[in-house]
Amino acid sequence: MCTVCGCGDQPVIEGAGHHHHHGHSHDHSHDHGHSHDHSHDHGHSHDHSHDHDHSHDHGHHHHHDHPHDHHHHDHSHSHSHDLHYGRGEAGVTVGSLDQRRIVEIEQDVLGHNDRLARANRAWMTEHGVFALNLVSSPGSGKTTLLCRTVSDLMSRYPLAVVEGDQQTTHDADRIRATGAPALQVNTGKGCHLDAAMVAQAMERLDLADDSLLFIENVGNLVCPSAFDLGEAHKVAILSVTEGEDKPLKYPDMFAAADLMILNKVDLLPYLSFDVDKAIAYARQVNHDIEVVQVSATSGQGLDEWYAWIEKGRALQLHRKKKLAARND
Amino acid sequence: MHEMALTNGILQILQEQARSQGFSRVRTVWLEIGALSSAEPEAMRFCFEAVCKGDPLTETAVLEIVRPAGEAWCMDCCEVVEIAARHQPCPRCGGHKLQVTGGEQLRVKELEVE
Repeated sequence: MCTVCGCGDQPVIEGAGHHHHHGHSHDHSHDHGHSHDHSHDHGHSHDHSHDHDHSHDHGHHHHHDHPHDHHHHDHSHSHSHDLHYGRGEAGVTVGSLDQRRIVEIEQDVLGHNDRLARANRAWMTEHGVFALNLVSSPGSGKTTLLCRTVSDLMSRYPLAVVEGDQQTTHDADRIRATGAPALQVNTGKGCHLDAAMVAQAMERLDLADDSLLFIENVGNLVCPSAFDLGEAHKVAILSVTEGEDKPLKYPDMFAAADLMILNKVDLLPYLSFDVDKAIAYARQVNHDIEVVQVSATSGQGLDEWYAWIEKGRALQLHRKKKLAARND
Repeated sequence: MHEMALTNGILQILQEQARSQGFSRVRTVWLEIGALSSAEPEAMRFCFEAVCKGDPLTETAVLEIVRPAGEAWCMDCCEVVEIAARHQPCPRCGGHKLQVTGGEQLRVKELEVE
């Protein structure tokens, strides 16, 4: 089963076999070297507010602290005196209850994905790749906006697109029709892209240095918010044909995004969508979120969107230069 | 529902820890789900049961969920305040100039193992 995306089905990346791609993670060094299972003397000392009624049953073998109790010296005291959960006297196992112990591990559930995302981010910085993770509900006009953006920018910058959908290659086909390189990742039952999928997709795309990389996530305003892909920014797209209170309904996504694109603004005259309210709601969950209003069909506001991209890309190229200078 | 993916992450942690720390059965998993994290406790519980079945390492494991409160820095009050959800205003001044500082974690804190 997929270790990160959790889906029973394995994701299918165009051009890839069905072998599991998560295995390539190089950095399995766990950054939590402090897993100190022997730190507390008695399991009861940890400070959980809830009381756990499992008794640790370790008191009975504490008597070896008193040397005089030991008339039979034929058992070896190989164990330390710090902790006794897992051992019976003289290292003899005396029953399953005595084996219990508490281990503190302090590990983020998303740690595996986060490590891969960090590796993606480091690689992108080194190569000047500026990646945007585009997230929205299905039907917000993400792909149309992306097709237009790619057509307009492909003469200015090297660029590529990763398309995430549960099924079909329709979106990647649409991007490829513009002449830009695109790769479809089908997540099967998975509801989001993860860092491992993006790592593999990047490898396959053979990205040029200083590229723009657009990652169109699976249409879903919930799950993709939790999964860092290594992108420079998440960009949330909200079309004016949706409810203006979506930022409140799906706060995690709008909190994780650095830019909100209000799309389809050419339709505003026909709708009751309140732009000011939508922006106020977005800033309620994310005080710093930037907003641009665009129409992929009429072209309105696209210059502002492209200027935002240019600004971010310039910063990424600056980071690359600094990193190279440091490594020299 | 990404909780399935998240619980698979927990399972992976348990398997790695079982290897590195030498235990064969997990009794209890203490999981912190911050009030502002992306996971729903009930969904996590449901998925946890589902993924733990059939593996002797985990099939009797009990999930204990700890819920740290959401915390944010209010730029107007210059103080850390408690919030229950992201869209909530500062309980002191009613403003929204908040920077979340805590309660986003989704972390396996401790295990009881044998």
